[in-house]
Amino acid sequence: MNAAGAAPGAYGPHARKEDARFIRGAGTFVDDVALTGMLHGAVLRSPLAHARITGLDISAAAAHPKVEAVITGQMLAEQGLAWMPTLSGDVQAVLATDKVRFQGQEVAFVVAQDRYSARDALELITVDYEPLPPLIDAKRALLDGAPLIRDDQPGRTTNHIFDWEAGDLQATDAAFAGADVVVARDLVYPRSHPAPLETCGVVADSDRITGKLTVWATSQAPHVHRTLYATFLGLPEHKIRVISPDIGGGFGSKVPLYPGYLCAIVASMRTARPVKWVEDRSENLMATAFARDYHMHGEIAATRDGRILGLRASVLADHGAFNATAQPSRFPAGFFSVFTGSYDVPAAHCQVRAVYTNKAPGGVAYACSFRVTEAVYLVERLVDALAIELGADPVRLRMRNLLRPEQFPYRSPTGWEYDSGDYPRTLAVALQTAGYDDLRREQAERRGRGELMGIGVSCFTDAVGAGPRAHMDILGLGMADGAELRVHPTGKAVLAVSCQTQGQGHETTFAQIVAAELGLSADDVEVVHGDTDRTPFGLGTYGSRSTPVSGAAAVVAARRVRERARIVAGAMLEVSPQDLAWTGGRWQVRGDPGRSVGIPAIAMAAHSALDLPDGIEGHLDDKAVYNPPNLTFPNGAYICVVDVDPGTGVVTVRRFIAVDDCGVRINPMIVAGQVHRGLADGLGIALMQEISFDADGNCLSGSFMDYLLPTAVECPSFELAETVTPCPHHPIGAKGIGESATVGSPAAVVNAVIDALRPLGVTHIDMPMTPANVWLAIEAARARDGRE
Amino acid sequence: MRITVIVNGASHTREVEPRLLLIHFLRDDLGLTGSHWGCDTSNCGACVVWLDETPVKSCTVLAAMADGHRVRTVEDLERGGVLDPVQQGFTECHGLQCGFCTPGMMMTARALLDRNPNPTAAQVREALSGQICRCTGYENIVRSVLWASARQAEADPARPGGPALDGRGPA
Repeated sequence: MNAAGAAPGAYGPHARKEDARFIRGAGTFVDDVALTGMLHGAVLRSPLAHARITGLDISAAAAHPKVEAVITGQMLAEQGLAWMPTLSGDVQAVLATDKVRFQGQEVAFVVAQDRYSARDALELITVDYEPLPPLIDAKRALLDGAPLIRDDQPGRTTNHIFDWEAGDLQATDAAFAGADVVVARDLVYPRSHPAPLETCGVVADSDRITGKLTVWATSQAPHVHRTLYATFLGLPEHKIRVISPDIGGGFGSKVPLYPGYLCAIVASMRTARPVKWVEDRSENLMATAFARDYHMHGEIAATRDGRILGLRASVLADHGAFNATAQPSRFPAGFFSVFTGSYDVPAAHCQVRAVYTNKAPGGVAYACSFRVTEAVYLVERLVDALAIELGADPVRLRMRNLLRPEQFPYRSPTGWEYDSGDYPRTLAVALQTAGYDDLRREQAERRGRGELMGIGVSCFTDAVGAGPRAHMDILGLGMADGAELRVHPTGKAVLAVSCQTQGQGHETTFAQIVAAELGLSADDVEVVHGDTDRTPFGLGTYGSRSTPVSGAAAVVAARRVRERARIVAGAMLEVSPQDLAWTGGRWQVRGDPGRSVGIPAIAMAAHSALDLPDGIEGHLDDKAVYNPPNLTFPNGAYICVVDVDPGTGVVTVRRFIAVDDCGVRINPMIVAGQVHRGLADGLGIALMQEISFDADGNCLSGSFMDYLLPTAVECPSFELAETVTPCPHHPIGAKGIGESATVGSPAAVVNAVIDALRPLGVTHIDMPMTPANVWLAIEAARARDGRE
Repeated sequence: MRITVIVNGASHTREVEPRLLLIHFLRDDLGLTGSHWGCDTSNCGACVVWLDETPVKSCTVLAAMADGHRVRTVEDLERGGVLDPVQQGFTECHGLQCGFCTPGMMMTARALLDRNPNPTAAQVREALSGQICRCTGYENIVRSVLWASARQAEADPARPGGPALDGRGPA
């Protein structure tokens, strides 16, 4: 598949440029940055989930011989820096001044000459806490007598954050009233954590003489961070440089600002020395960037013969102690309302109510474009529940209700305009790849022997590439991205983009994008990113938006370069530019294949003494800002095959088939890698990953011994296939792929496990489907059978 | 306390605190930042280096325990400008994305192939089960190691099964 105008051979598998440094251990991650005179920071955190601070004594810590500074909330308050803005327009305590509101909250910051001394000094700080009743269960947040968490906000009397709804309530109620069948499910999407292998960290270097602040940070959105620092600290943006060096995975967790970043910045300003802060794994899991935590009630209405008539959902969203979720401002529940998924649903309505609890803030888009993962899980579980109710095969039920190709562009009942897709074909490819009918036959045989084998299907539609400026912004910053393209005299090019790679391979893919447009080799295009002093403004890498937005900006910039090159080529070949055609990566005189010039020769001419036509002053460089006209809608069909051990409840994922349609694939090797990642994510989220708490608000998942992640042993060898329907509004037809598999796969795993347990009458188990949870469900089903 | 550690063939003597972790000794004292710290609890394997011929998680090994021993890190995989087959395999098979787990993965993979030059896919998965990768779903990591296995068999059918006695591993 190739896009119009793309040079032949530019798209396709291409070894990554990034690899050369990483396979030698020569990457530069934030913790690898070492500056002369650098100090090390450590955060003192609250042991309690909810308590009033009645005393804080830092004198012993300050007296430690290797301590250079101790910063408290009170000190920050004197500078007006105790509370920072969140991405959702709330504020979050940088260091607590009045109360602590979750276990792990930042209370004080110590700066010392080395890492170990900073940690030692934390032990020397005394904090007096007056414990307050914690609010851990979101369902109790709005009850009378619930502890008030955000008493820092004048006039606030409850823990309510927002109510938000989408869709047509009346039409949906009418659809339900007229339905033969209504099936409901209560579904918990548990609190999860992206847990990139590199935790969050920063090196802040405030230059006392120039006034320039340089911040090396684990940031997925360096330009957004710079603007937030500028407004928060009162520094001009040109005096702030945010560098995101190599980033060890982000998955949404490195989009927000964290108190540790600001503490390191303030500490560097105070000490006039560089300050490094890198959180440890417990801090990472306990205090930064949770995801999900949606408590959902969903209902699906259908005719007896399996035509879906309506969907409705009511969600209680646990946002933790500060509303710090990451999504466009006008979408407080993200894009959850895309919850009609891949189906032709005539009527739908959803409502989301968000509350504060005494848990860490976050609500990041964990490899998920803003709550689409929750939405897909809801609809895919409901469709399976409907299949059980109707006694229908879940695949046939899906086929019956999938959107048909001729319905695109499709306007969903909650207002989204899906761009393109061939959903039935995608599912058909998945069925064929899996050998679905054979699997069902095998399942029947195994069931005859008492074995628990399950086949789970999930169809999904993601909504990515945020987004159109008219509707989408983060804290007022419209979600358009810039790109700048320089072409050197010899035709080697440098592309500067605002998005930032955390493993997605932008240095390769984006080089291929430009190479395709200009007839160059990808090896001759360098991609600059992750440095606000060297790149144009843009919103960053998350929500699968890099290729849909920054990639499009790169294409537009490259096409502008190409058009300028056409004029120069006309002068070189002594023909009108109108008589030139872009053919095979060169400007060629129409009808005369012997006369053509490529970008390198044109670039040299554009830098030379050649008399250039009017309007061309020289050089080929150009730039663009891309404001996407719509989101893109990658989609797919996934099939998971599991075996469940009835004695232990252990789920083994035997096969995982994923068919993705992400539009045009620039580097299929990288696309496949992104899908593999998300499938492992789905398996982990469905089977083992949960950030849980006890009744006192103690986080029970503060290490990798408790927060389990899938290893090579739990993951099967994944089976991938593809369909391609180019995005009609993206300049090269690409849709984005970074999150599809995380969005689509958890439901397939859960549906497979429930399918395995069908003979026992089990109809639902909440994630994570740990051996204990599965075993309990099996035992409960057997006990029920025994009674009946 | 004073320790002497032979790291990647070079002797380093340093005054260290007894509690200093090997990963911090390598990264902060010696500037060998290729090995990464990821979890503190021996779960993730980003910090795997060799202590003599054995892969260890250097976040739970004290620098003092390496006194008088040989340590091999990712920086030593490439020899004389020639990449180790494992390094080649990770590039050929897209076995890495963010690159953070990669050094530990490769050190464990190298140790596996020294012990068992022709592992099955299941044996590779088992050998890597103490390493976490959040980017690849392990699919291409397994392929990378199998690629390396095939490549070294092809390049040197008589390849020794273990590192040479000088601690510098197979040439």
